[in-house]
Order: sequence, then structure tokens, then C-alpha cells
Amino acid sequence: MYRKDGQGYFIVDGHTHFWDGSPANQINRYGEGFIKCFYDYHANLSPAEYKWTLEEFERYPEERMIHDLFEVGYDDLAILQSTYLTDWYVNGFNTTDQNGEMAERHPGRFIVNGRWDPRDGEAGLVKLERLHERWQLKGVKLYTAEWKGDSKGWKLSDPWAYRYLEKCLELGIRNIHVHKGPTVYPMNRDAFDVADVDDAATAFPGLRFIVEHVGLPRLEDFCWIATQEPNVYGGLAVAMPFIHTRPRYFAQIIGELLYWLGENRILFGSDYAIWQPKWLVERFVDFQIPEDMQGEYGVLTPAIKKKILGLNAARLYDVKVPGEFDVPDEPADSGPAIGSAPEPEAATP
Amino acid sequence: MITRGDVWAALSEVRDPELDRPITDLGFVAAVTIGDRIRVELRLPTYFCAPNFAWLMVADARDAVAALPGAGRPDVVLLEHFVSAEINEGVAAVSDFAASFDADGFDPDLASLRAVFERKAHLAAQERLARALRAAGVPADLLPTVRLSEAAALAREAAEAVARRRERAGIRSELAFCDDEGRALTAATMPGWLRFAQTVRVSIDGNAGFCRGLLETRYGLARAAPT
Repeated sequence: MYRKDGQGYFIVDGHTHFWDGSPANQINRYGEGFIKCFYDYHANLSPAEYKWTLEEFERYPEERMIHDLFEVGYDDLAILQSTYLTDWYVNGFNTTDQNGEMAERHPGRFIVNGRWDPRDGEAGLVKLERLHERWQLKGVKLYTAEWKGDSKGWKLSDPWAYRYLEKCLELGIRNIHVHKGPTVYPMNRDAFDVADVDDAATAFPGLRFIVEHVGLPRLEDFCWIATQEPNVYGGLAVAMPFIHTRPRYFAQIIGELLYWLGENRILFGSDYAIWQPKWLVERFVDFQIPEDMQGEYGVLTPAIKKKILGLNAARLYDVKVPGEFDVPDEPADSGPAIGSAPEPEAATP
Repeated sequence: MITRGDVWAALSEVRDPELDRPITDLGFVAAVTIGDRIRVELRLPTYFCAPNFAWLMVADARDAVAALPGAGRPDVVLLEHFVSAEINEGVAAVSDFAASFDADGFDPDLASLRAVFERKAHLAAQERLARALRAAGVPADLLPTVRLSEAAALAREAAEAVARRRERAGIRSELAFCDDEGRALTAATMPGWLRFAQTVRVSIDGNAGFCRGLLETRYGLARAAPT
């Protein structure tokens, strides 16, 4: 939790990783290119005092992660997202089992999200059931740009993806985090295109689709589909660190999101270890829309910040928030959004 | 005799279709050398930047330089990208994207992808023009009927930017504001249309800034002023 100016914030970090991107685990130049690409994101958008060396960044000890998230980072809970990338990393970049075993050593700290890949067919469906049995999943993270042999990606609207989404619904895995990446097949299309999320969200109103990094670099397409689909949410990983390097741009992003989606469908995520929750939470709580933009975007109230930093994710993951941190549902401080509110809980299967 | 300045000027006409800026402004031109052949080296902010956009940029740069009188066959290469080899070989052979990526079963041309982003650039430019006109005192309800030539009298730069993008996108209209099909907007449809145009503009500008920052980090360049 974080306290400032008489306000208390319950922090759910919606996007964290415990990865191994070290040279020993890399299979090929793609694995090397991937972690270096992450490192440039880290180095470009982090304040100087939070920058690591590439070596530190490639693989970090569990103790350091616990320290950064919970001892100094204000996280009450962190969601561990699984990213396999087994075509690039010997043991995977971070698998559900690796994440789960670490989480078990720190009870009450982590929510472990699983993962599936529609290209695994029937066998993958069985594997998903086992994964759920073992880790009681409430969510999965899907990486549509993941390579698998000759395939360079897949779409949520693929028939096999629907089979897996049906399985999720059946198992009660309702939170579907979607990460768009740059190399989805076919490569001549816009690889960041979020249109397939639109299809899946319409077909599965009982699931929630959390689009990571709010669809960047296709913020406008993401806002558009989120306006149509009340079960689409935006994860702020990647967007939040602009608060440091380009605060006016960050104000525009958050202003656009509040305009189209409203304050109930935006989720904080540090994307640890790319960025650290300590400075993100501190800066966000201190942040205000610049005065000359307030006519257009309004202001960020403590209630809006509380929802974004934790209450929205807590609601999706059935986490009980101590009463002192909660805010009443109404009125919505950001004013009415163009999109509709999240689906009523009556939609729960 | 072609100079480096000539090559640079030709490259400044090549735009990143997604970011709507010249590749020279974005820092994507790493080196220009004039030897027996003209050689241009291009670079991108990340190893995994989308191959389709990378292809468009390299092919456009090759075409722009080759169009200089006496340029011969320029050597235009993309550095340090996960499909550098495929792109460089394909563009050098004046092949197409699909053949270079063994693209079984998908639309071989990139024209539709480029068209999507040309329309977005046109939309964002119109939003900038609307802002400029409002600042010059034009009432919001008059915007749908303003002609582009009239707009140019009040906000020349913004109007010219719209005209250039409109031409590139192949959209025809005499009005300052029109949709992707060249149709006029009405007092009723304009506000919602403009509001979405604003989101598109924020997105394009933001991506350009982000890409620029990543390029600076990747190649250790001096930082541009933050916005």
C-alpha cells in the first residue's frame, strides 16, 4: 500500500515477470534480440537511479524482485504473467510452473497467471486443464506474436483460439490478458491490429480481455474497440513510464483512456523488471493533468488513481480490499465515458 | 556528380508511413556514402520493428535515391534487424515483400497497409487544422463548410499539411474537412469525427516520440528535448 497526503492506495501490480533472458538460456539471436529490446525500453524510460546493467536485467534473483515489488515498491499484490517463448529460450522466458513455484515461497503476494497457445491443439487443452488444477488460475496471458516453428503468430479470432476461450470460460478463468507484438503472421498486415480482440470479446461476454500496454502503438484502435465492448480493459504497462520522460504525452494517453473507457477499466502494471513499481506509484499519485489540458481532459482525482492503481484489478481477481482503501462506486469522477461500464456481475457464469 | 546532400534531400521525401514523418527527421538514416555506388544505411529503433513497415521504408528509400539522375543502382541496406537479410536481398533484387518472406497464401502487396496509415495521417492532419482554425476564431459549427483554400488563408501550414496528405491518400475534396471517402461532414457528425481524429493524432505523435527515444537509447544518440 502507499500513503500520501492523507490518502491510502491499495496497489495491485497487474503485470510483473520473473524471467530468465540470460545468454545461457538463449537459443538463438531472436532470444538475444528480445531481451535487448526489453532492455532498451527499460533504459529509455527509467529514471537514472533505477537503471540496471544489461547483465542485471537479463536475470535477477528472486530476493531482488521481492524487495523491489513489496519491500520498497508498495505492491500489495502482483500478478505474475507467464511468457513462454520456448522457440527462443531453452527453459522458456518464464513459464507458469516457474512462476508458480516462486509464488508459493511467498504466500499471499502473487497471483499466478497461466498461458495457452491455440496451435497446441487438443493436447494443449488438456495441458491447460492440468495447469489450472495445479495453480487455480484466474487469468492467462496470451502472446499472439509468439513464434512456434514456422508460425510467427496467431489471432484470437482463430477457431482453435475460440476452443481455448471456451475452456477458460468452463474452468472459470475469466481474465484474458492479451499482449500484441510486432511479428504476427501474416507479416504484411498490421501486427499490432487489435481487431481480433473485438471479435473474441463479442463472442465471449463472460470473459474479460485486458489489452496490455493499452494497445500501443494502436491506442486509437484500442480505444475504439473498448468503446464497443464493455468487457475490454486496458493495462497501463509500457504507457505509465512516460510519466517520467514525457509527462504531457502521458497526460494525453490517460486523458484519452478516461474519455473512451472511463476510470473503471484501466489497470496499473509495472511490467517489472522493465520498470519498478516504486517510482511509478509515487509519480502517478503525484501526477496531475497539466493545467492547459484540463479543459479537455479534466483532472485525476484520488478516487480515479485508487481505482487504476489497484481497485479495478482487485475486482477482476476477486481480491478483498480493506475497507479504508476502497472508494464508493458512484459517482464516476472522470465523468461519463463514451464506452459502457464493465459488465454487471450478474454476467458471472 | 551526385552529392551526399542530394541523397539526403531525396531521403527526406521518404516517410515512415506509421509515424508520418520523414525518415531523416526520425534518425533512421545511419549513413550515406558516395563511392563507386551510392550506399545508404538505415536503422530502426528496435530489432523487432514490424518487417512490413521496414520493407516499405527500405524500398521507398531505394526508389527515391535511384530516381536521382545518374544515381545508377544505389545500395540501400537495413542494419541490425531480425529480418535484415531478407529485406536487403529482396529490395536489392527489386523483388516483392511476399516473395522474400515465402508468403504462402496472403495478399502479396503492401498497398493496403500503406493506405490505412495514409488515411490516419490525413485524419490527424485535419484535426490539427481544426485546432488552428478554432484558435483563429472560426466557430465550430462553421468548420464543416470551410473550404481548404479558405482555411489556408487562416492557417497556411496546417492547411498545406492536410493537402499533402490528402493527395498521398488519394482522397479528393475541396473542403477543409472530409472523411476517408472524401465526403463532407455535417454539424452533427463533425464533433464525434473530430474527437476520434484527436485520438489518432495523439497516437501518431506519441509513437513518433517513443520510436525516437528508443532509437536514441539503442544507438547512444543525444536526447531530443522531451515533450
